[in-house]
Amino acid sequence: MATSNQEGWWSRTKGLMIGCLVVWAIFGFVVHFFVDALNDIVILGFPLGFYMAAQGSLIVFVALTFFYAYRQDAIDRRFGVAEDD
Amino acid sequence: MATQQSGTSDFINNLGKIYGMYTGGFAAFVILLAILEQVGVPNKILGFLFVGFTIVVYAMIGILSRTMQVSEYYVAGRQVPAVYNGMATAADWMSGASFLAMAGTLYVLGYDGLAFVLGWTGGYVLVAVLIAPYLRKFGAYTVPDFLAARFGGNLARFLGIVVLLAASFTYVVAQIRGTGLIAERFLGIPYDVGVFVGILGILLCSMLGGMRAVTWTQVAQYIVLIIAYLLPVVIMSAQRTGIPIPQLMYGEALQNIAALEQGMVDSGLAAADTIQRHLQPFSSTDPLNFFALVFCLMIGTASLPHVLMRYFTTPSVREARKSVGWSLLFIFVLYFTAPAYAAFAKWEVYENVIGASFADLPNWVYIWGASGKVTLCGAAAASLEAVQQACAGKDVVGLADFSIAKDVIVMATPEIAGLPFVITGLVGAGGLAAALSTADGLLLAMANALSHDIYYRMIDRNAPTARRLVAARIILLGVAILGAYTATAAPPDILALVAWAFSLAAAGNFPALCLGIWWKRCTTAGAISGMIAGFGTTLAYLVYTAPPPLGFGEGLIFGIQNISAGIFGIPIGFIVMIAVSYLTPEPSEEMQQLVDEVRRPSGTVVADRGRAASA
Repeated sequence: MATSNQEGWWSRTKGLMIGCLVVWAIFGFVVHFFVDALNDIVILGFPLGFYMAAQGSLIVFVALTFFYAYRQDAIDRRFGVAEDD
Repeated sequence: MATQQSGTSDFINNLGKIYGMYTGGFAAFVILLAILEQVGVPNKILGFLFVGFTIVVYAMIGILSRTMQVSEYYVAGRQVPAVYNGMATAADWMSGASFLAMAGTLYVLGYDGLAFVLGWTGGYVLVAVLIAPYLRKFGAYTVPDFLAARFGGNLARFLGIVVLLAASFTYVVAQIRGTGLIAERFLGIPYDVGVFVGILGILLCSMLGGMRAVTWTQVAQYIVLIIAYLLPVVIMSAQRTGIPIPQLMYGEALQNIAALEQGMVDSGLAAADTIQRHLQPFSSTDPLNFFALVFCLMIGTASLPHVLMRYFTTPSVREARKSVGWSLLFIFVLYFTAPAYAAFAKWEVYENVIGASFADLPNWVYIWGASGKVTLCGAAAASLEAVQQACAGKDVVGLADFSIAKDVIVMATPEIAGLPFVITGLVGAGGLAAALSTADGLLLAMANALSHDIYYRMIDRNAPTARRLVAARIILLGVAILGAYTATAAPPDILALVAWAFSLAAAGNFPALCLGIWWKRCTTAGAISGMIAGFGTTLAYLVYTAPPPLGFGEGLIFGIQNISAGIFGIPIGFIVMIAVSYLTPEPSEEMQQLVDEVRRPSGTVVADRGRAASA
């Protein structure tokens, strides 16, 4: 594989990694800094701040790991470094 | 050989059918026991059937999966599909404590307990993005195996083993304790005997078939534990709200709890300044400790060897990535239900126990009071007379008078909801499945590290296959007996040690794994000094702050609880690793190429090539 191709692939991979970690940090930590303010919003009986820690962030984490697997595979295929099917 | 290969792929192709039949069979078994209960079979026999039958099934799967091939023994032949590997990982991950005590922790702590829910799920994002696919591409048998290849030699391997053993042993002892306690409760046998019954079940699952047997047993255990977890709270939700989706309906419970709390303050049943409101953040801990705990549990999740090694068993790097998603989804099913358990139980207690007169207490209070798990006015609520004596001079139960042990919430839910005993037995079988599956994974992680990394890699590089696998089994047996002995001899606060496992694994492994993959400039000297510094700092803080006899019981630094000790060790590990790496010469061209290969999904498995060359 050409070196430039390899570099392009790795910079996309790193970009995806950083993007995922930013989303992880927001829903793992940042959102919960504002729990008191969010608790003023109540949906279906759930104060939003409580809901985010009990379920909301968890849903984001699950979606994020599947999204990552899908995106990274697309990057691998585009740059020809994916495994054979 | 050829027939065995085709036999294996037949098995892999029919997994859906096999586990579908298994699930149907288990449901039929539960229905059969429900009928037996109706015709008057005593509870003790039902409990025996639940525990005995499930252990026999797990052991049969273990025996059917016996193997004498190295790659089958260590990594299940690397052909476990992503979904099933996800189920096995979920069972591996969720311990007896997750199953039995998580909902209780949320009941007691309210919002502050959600730190555990966040920490134990968010870590999987790091596993997926930073570590698991790369270790799969490297093709390691164990985590220390990778450290040795990346950081050139046996010192890194040895440090990896120290971290692995420190993190896994304390954890496995707690699991063995859990199996002993469940066997004690459901079989009515003494705890010490229960421990050895549990260990027998664990060994039958893992000894003959290694990773292959453990994988297929853990899938079966996940199915039992998730059914057992969901059923009682689904029924409770249907009874209370009319809709059997507790995860959605406990918002109603939360509103009622808040209203009842206010009512207690207004009527003087609870003191306004001491009541710990369920929805109130940071009432039992400060924000700093809350977020430090979330951080340590997340990084710890991404560093625990028994979890990471589950991703060595998938057929490809692509499947390894997907498998992390499936693992998290299966774990999520239990973790996002736990807050519902806590809320429904609290609603029930606040409505029917607090403010009730002593003569009107529901019967489950006495059932669990007999074993001291429920107390009123500081005394075990064994009978009406005992309660009236302890609470003499009071007319009704105040909030501060009532207390329930953390590990009882899930087990008591069937009785709180007025369900037949068969559901309680099911919950016991689920808790046992959770504890056994985690113990399987931990014992195997330790035995693999000792047999593969120490015996084969460091002592006898020419050991023939048969002898290596026999050694693995003897070591497994030895570790299991040592674990069982510790579980019977250790003080009860061994459970506190579980939290240590996360901080120790995080500080010892995470910086080296992460930088080893993502930073080519990381040198051997850097990694080794960083691992020692990070692990050492965390261990020192744990020993410094832990109460005697484990430590010195000295004061906290910056107010950080010792459960979050990794908050010191993790950054120090990173800083030392980076600083020393810059002070030492760049890694060789060869090593940088190895890192490139580990990163790239296509191409040959890195470690297999090394094995072929050394063979």
